[in-house]
Amino acid sequence: MNASWSRPAAGAEEVIRECRTLVELLPSQALARARQSRPDLRGLGVFPVYAPQEIIHAAGLMPIGLFGAGAKLETTRADSRFQSFICSIARSTLELFLSGDLSRESGFEGAVFSSICDVARNLCSVAGRNAPGVYVEYLHLPQNAATPAAREYTRREFGRFRSNLAQHLGRVIDEDDIRRSIVLYNRVRALIADLYDQRRERPGSIRTADLFAVVLAATCMMPEDFVPKAEDLLCSLREGAPVERDSVNVVLEGAFCEAPPIDLIDAIESAGCQIVEDDLAIGWRIFRGEVPVEGDPVAALADAYLASSAYTSVRHDSARPRTRGLLDRVEASGADAVILASAKFCEPALFDYVLFRRALDERGIPHLKIEFEEKMWTFERLRNEIETFTESLLFD
Amino acid sequence: MPTAAPQPAPAANDYGSVVHDLSREVMTEWMTQLQDAARTGAPSAYMMVSGNCVEILRCFDILPVFPEINALQLAIRKKALPYILKAEEIGYASDNCAYVKADIGYTLSEGVGEHGSTPKPSLIVCNFVGCNVYIKWFEHCAEMLDVPLVMIDVPFVRQGEAVSTGDLHYVMAQLRGLITACEELTGVKFDIDRLREIVGHSARAEAGWSRAKELCKSRPAPFDCYFDSINMMGPINALRGTKQAADFFDAAVAHYEMMASRGLGATDEEQFRVVFEGPPPYPYYRNFRNLFAAWKAVCVQSTYSTVGGTWEFGFRHDPDRPLESIAEQMLLHNLCNRTMQERYRQIRRYVEEWEADALVIHSVKSCRLFSAGQGDMREYFTKELGVPTLMVESDLEDPRYYAEAQMKNRIDAFFESLQYKRLRGSAAEAGPVLKEGVSDALRRGH
Ligand code: SF4
Ligand code: SF4
Repeated sequence: MNASWSRPAAGAEEVIRECRTLVELLPSQALARARQSRPDLRGLGVFPVYAPQEIIHAAGLMPIGLFGAGAKLETTRADSRFQSFICSIARSTLELFLSGDLSRESGFEGAVFSSICDVARNLCSVAGRNAPGVYVEYLHLPQNAATPAAREYTRREFGRFRSNLAQHLGRVIDEDDIRRSIVLYNRVRALIADLYDQRRERPGSIRTADLFAVVLAATCMMPEDFVPKAEDLLCSLREGAPVERDSVNVVLEGAFCEAPPIDLIDAIESAGCQIVEDDLAIGWRIFRGEVPVEGDPVAALADAYLASSAYTSVRHDSARPRTRGLLDRVEASGADAVILASAKFCEPALFDYVLFRRALDERGIPHLKIEFEEKMWTFERLRNEIETFTESLLFD
Repeated sequence: MPTAAPQPAPAANDYGSVVHDLSREVMTEWMTQLQDAARTGAPSAYMMVSGNCVEILRCFDILPVFPEINALQLAIRKKALPYILKAEEIGYASDNCAYVKADIGYTLSEGVGEHGSTPKPSLIVCNFVGCNVYIKWFEHCAEMLDVPLVMIDVPFVRQGEAVSTGDLHYVMAQLRGLITACEELTGVKFDIDRLREIVGHSARAEAGWSRAKELCKSRPAPFDCYFDSINMMGPINALRGTKQAADFFDAAVAHYEMMASRGLGATDEEQFRVVFEGPPPYPYYRNFRNLFAAWKAVCVQSTYSTVGGTWEFGFRHDPDRPLESIAEQMLLHNLCNRTMQERYRQIRRYVEEWEADALVIHSVKSCRLFSAGQGDMREYFTKELGVPTLMVESDLEDPRYYAEAQMKNRIDAFFESLQYKRLRGSAAEAGPVLKEGVSDALRRGH
């Protein structure tokens, strides 16, 4: 259980600082930043968990991850539309629409949602009604990989996404452009995977709070801009000197949609946990390998989603049950324990907790359940809870 | 000349109980079959209510089991809470759908299997039609009961009223997969003519359903399309495809026709006609109903009754295209697989065509499929259409969320204000002015 923390090298610190600043911005502000060097650029919001960013990018738009508005925006009007027992990301995302942050004037074409849960589905419809003129698309991602018909279906669905978007924009989304975008996003995903490897193989070289900021930054930057920054970061991290520290290696699971406050990740780490694997912003790094660029690129993306993407709590896949996926994650990362962190009121995560807990108990893997929401101001109680948990593991 | 003494008209409730009793009869028969199957192990399959494909199971004499109906019955008999708590003990959250919790708690308490009232299913068929919780629920059942799960992934409606060929192929391919699974389970070869016959029974029941709902356009409405509609929901969703269900609807329609022709209504003097949105609070079904009955408010249409199908708008299963029509029903012709905006349109049609005075939204914590965004719905109906709208909150399964006094206050205040407006209006002209107000707003074409 001996892990270590390092102070990131100077270059790394700068990239991390930049990413941390970026993730504090509202989507319109992040877009405005990207527009400084590309004045004509427009954006398309991507509500979690996944949508084919490559198609959006190839359409000449900037795909921007919508992870709610955290503490950046006061929810005033959305609260009367979504009741108090609805997760915060749904309410704050609606607020982004109502406040005009995701409007055409702010540079947005619209947003895409998918079939992750009942809340997201209704949100898509309600957002569409309240933001006239904004393009809203809904993807029904396959929930049955076992049927041979799923392949054809998924290809059609991705194709529909492409042609509807093209029609909305009044321009063709060219196959070669999609291929170029695939190459670019393959690179983004590979770099993030390298950063994850770095964190796991050289414990303490980067804190998860920082890594999370970097991954979130990838969702609100043009990939062309992200790649050199991530490359710099990786180089600097390799030079950093580790600092010894006792900690428990944990997998963080359950935060696949609403983004937990970065301070929460900080609290977990400062309570003595070394996060070695997680599902944070997983939709933006969902493929386990490179998406091929030969042949029909839309089909390649659809096939990759179906056959070689990471498991998530919002997808049924009978051949690869999620409990198996979590156990594999624990094993491959060499974790000692699991922190099951779900957004408050998030049904997919709360339901999965039951099966995860069963599977972990059966194998004697310690776990701790925590819940978070966007507007959390104090983490003291949680930190204490996690500390008690880690101490019980370190000293028992 | 001797004159016959006028017969006192039976109370409206006596009329209401006719269909209730008929429904109970057919439903009890099915439940007895379930109990028998629990002991004998006759083939049975779990299935969800919304946009289901029960006809396929019938084709193989596989007994359908609906855990949602199990949960509903536990709640209405006030037995749900201990099971909910039992499920929470093993990790379910207070924020999880309590239908699932009650059913799982019941399963864990040996309610399912040879010692219980529900058979351990031979197959779990997850007709994923709209509700994502369905997937979780059946994944859990499959794991806990160690029973194979067949998934039917039904793409959500995302291009208006047209079913895309791609979606249709996808669903039909999965239905064929289900047929194969049923063949393997029972050793019976699929017989399309048998399916045609079953689907024919479905269509007849659907025609009856549709006619009965149509009759609620009469004043007074012969039955309450929210509180009494569960008498029809059991037969249409669980027993659809049987001759008994179709016969039940023939009898129910004949009864309601008789009532409508004699000017008999669900309540003695109908005062308010409302449309209901959202599932009812089953743990306090009667109490809740009484709060509306006190105002002689009758529900003339409800969205909850259409979770299985929106047949009142014309869709029927088709014996000439049995499998296609089953797929179409799953994809398009049920409330659960449609967007919020389409639900607004559905409600708007109800208010307009069934001539309702108001909309009542019962927002339930358990069911986010229904509730997420209902605040926006209220906004739309009150502000944009000028339809008086009441929104109250509790739950469909968990009794802990029902606060009677608060509920009563809200409902009373709402109807008082409706009544006040009506009285004020009646000075100017006879009849409910409010209704005209609503229709005017609707005509303005918001
Ligand atoms: S946080 Fe959970 S409930 Fe909320 S939108 Fe995301 S997946 Fe759905
Ligand atoms: S969320 Fe609603 S539709 Fe889904 S299982 Fe629960 S009560 Fe039924």
